[in-house]
Amino acid sequence: MGDNRSGLDDPRTVRNILRVFYVICAGLFLLDFIVTRDIEHHLESWPAFYAVFGFVGCVVLVFAAKWMRVLLMRDENYYEDQLDDQLDDQPSLQENENVDR
Amino acid sequence: MWIVELPPFLVFYLGAFLVLIPHVKLRAASMLVIPVLGAVQLYLLPEQQRLEETFLGMSLNPVRVDRLSTLFGFAFNLAAFIAILYAFHIRDRMQQVAGLLYAGSAIGAVFAGDLLTLFVFWEMLAFSSVFLIWAKRTSRAYVIGLRYLVIHATSGLILLVGALLYWQSHGTLIFDFIGLDGIYGWLILLAVGIKCGFPLFHNWLTEAYPEATPTGTVFLSAFTTKAAVYMLARAYPGTEMLVYIGATMTCFPIFFAVIENDLRRVLAYSMINQIGFMVCGIGIGTALAINGAVAHAFNDIIFKGLLFMAMGAVLTMTGRINGSDLGGLYKSMPKTTALCIVGAASISAFPLFSGFVSKSMIMSAAIKEGYDFIWVALLFASAGVFHHAGIKIPYFAFFAHDSGIRTQEPPRGMLLAMTVAATLCILIGVFPGVLYSHLPFEMNYSPYDMTHVLAQTQLLFFSALAFVWLNLIRLYPPELPSVNIDVEWIYRKLLPDIGKSLLVPFRLVNVRLVNVRLRGIPSFFNTLSMLSDLYPWRSFSSTSGTAILCVVVAFAVLISLGLVS
Repeated sequence: MGDNRSGLDDPRTVRNILRVFYVICAGLFLLDFIVTRDIEHHLESWPAFYAVFGFVGCVVLVFAAKWMRVLLMRDENYYEDQLDDQLDDQPSLQENENVDR
Repeated sequence: MWIVELPPFLVFYLGAFLVLIPHVKLRAASMLVIPVLGAVQLYLLPEQQRLEETFLGMSLNPVRVDRLSTLFGFAFNLAAFIAILYAFHIRDRMQQVAGLLYAGSAIGAVFAGDLLTLFVFWEMLAFSSVFLIWAKRTSRAYVIGLRYLVIHATSGLILLVGALLYWQSHGTLIFDFIGLDGIYGWLILLAVGIKCGFPLFHNWLTEAYPEATPTGTVFLSAFTTKAAVYMLARAYPGTEMLVYIGATMTCFPIFFAVIENDLRRVLAYSMINQIGFMVCGIGIGTALAINGAVAHAFNDIIFKGLLFMAMGAVLTMTGRINGSDLGGLYKSMPKTTALCIVGAASISAFPLFSGFVSKSMIMSAAIKEGYDFIWVALLFASAGVFHHAGIKIPYFAFFAHDSGIRTQEPPRGMLLAMTVAATLCILIGVFPGVLYSHLPFEMNYSPYDMTHVLAQTQLLFFSALAFVWLNLIRLYPPELPSVNIDVEWIYRKLLPDIGKSLLVPFRLVNVRLVNVRLRGIPSFFNTLSMLSDLYPWRSFSSTSGTAILCVVVAFAVLISLGLVS
């Protein structure tokens, strides 16, 4: 199975790409403890503030959005029914006119 | 040279006559010359020039040239060039005329030195751009275009009333800092806010942009909202309310973008998010913040255009745009994939890409002026924009699960246009000095220091890590064919439903009239029904007629109120 797959279809390739990605993430995380940065805001002095903020922020974003789906998600044709009504009006009127003559 | 004497928009308006050229390729090629001519003209325009005219005793100022308007003028010429190149294969004359008039109107609006000229171009923006939506020629696009037109005509009307009140209190129509001193200030802000996509007024954007033709959306994404940003930068710099409006605009659309299925609508939401950064910068109002906002508008025109172009290419080649239908396209569209990723990196503000050099100015300004919570909100929005525009767009279109769709790269014009935009994204990212030197205020700012680069890279990589992790544990919300209701629900569902229930008695009356008619009583109804035999035109004239009537009545009421006060 695995032999005839190439590129990103091969799970091994994906796994390797992800490994490189994890290493970069870890490196960036550690760099925070090595480099002294110019701080403009006191929050920035927290260790790995940006890394934690980015991760937590996105997880919160996705969970909130999933929860929003419960409230806001409708069928794909939700508004189209409305549109059909509007457009349906026209032929029906025209039919009346046809009856007329 | 005579060309310098002409108002800048005229090149485009006259250029619209080029569609009379019968030869398809010659026509497309000659249209490409127009924005080049426009840019040359702008280059030759002497700075601080003002063209004065007198109209009905009012002194008007149809062309005002300064650093701010010139920069937007160049941005619009560039955007027009890229969009025309992208639409090189299009034969539809309606879109070609509409595109040129639309670009010309945007240029006219940013060079307008008085409120009356501005109003004219403000309306022209709406009337020219709606044809890019109607060009799809479906009944759905027709209704959506109509709604777009009504919203924009209303915005223009409010602007006109605000302008008249401004004239009443100041005795002049010169368009400069307005502020929120009088009712005119609020009215003009409301008019601009509608075009800018302020919260509650943003749904025209998320409704119309995904509905236009693939090439039409590229035009749409560049002009209307950026002209509105220009107006804010001109008339409301330092208005504190804008900081909060802008921060709201950066945050709320990202939630909608995460669950939206139509990838062009994801981009429309992400556009509101980007405009939010600009509005916020204008609200902060320091030289650094305004520069950041203007630079971000310039960059956004290019990278948002690039993303819309990539999605337009996908739509053109596959006929699909929903994330749930796409995936695996990198195999057959590798170049488009690469160019889309450049756009995604730019909008996410990766170091060495254009978004980074402009967004970091706004963020720094927010910290410097002590807007702590706003800064945190902007940071959250930055992580969010990477999540939905930076990862989601390329991932669900080109990678994710293989949808089995096999196609090929888009026409050469499209590829070339995307390449131009991608090159600019990288060039501006690597050499920001060129853009910086043309910003309205002199400044000494460098985005590339260790602190900024490291912070932004960490933020983005760990946002990506969150995406990877949520996907691996299968908690990431799948793309589902669906509609998510937003503020538009009020005028697309609630009000029509109420209206329908109110209209029931009238319908009965209507039926009676028809019955009367059937009994053979000659009346003008017969004439009416004969006139209305041209079915599509009848539906057009009745719906738009009602809309125009409403606008005229509202206008009359407001004018009389204005005269009384």
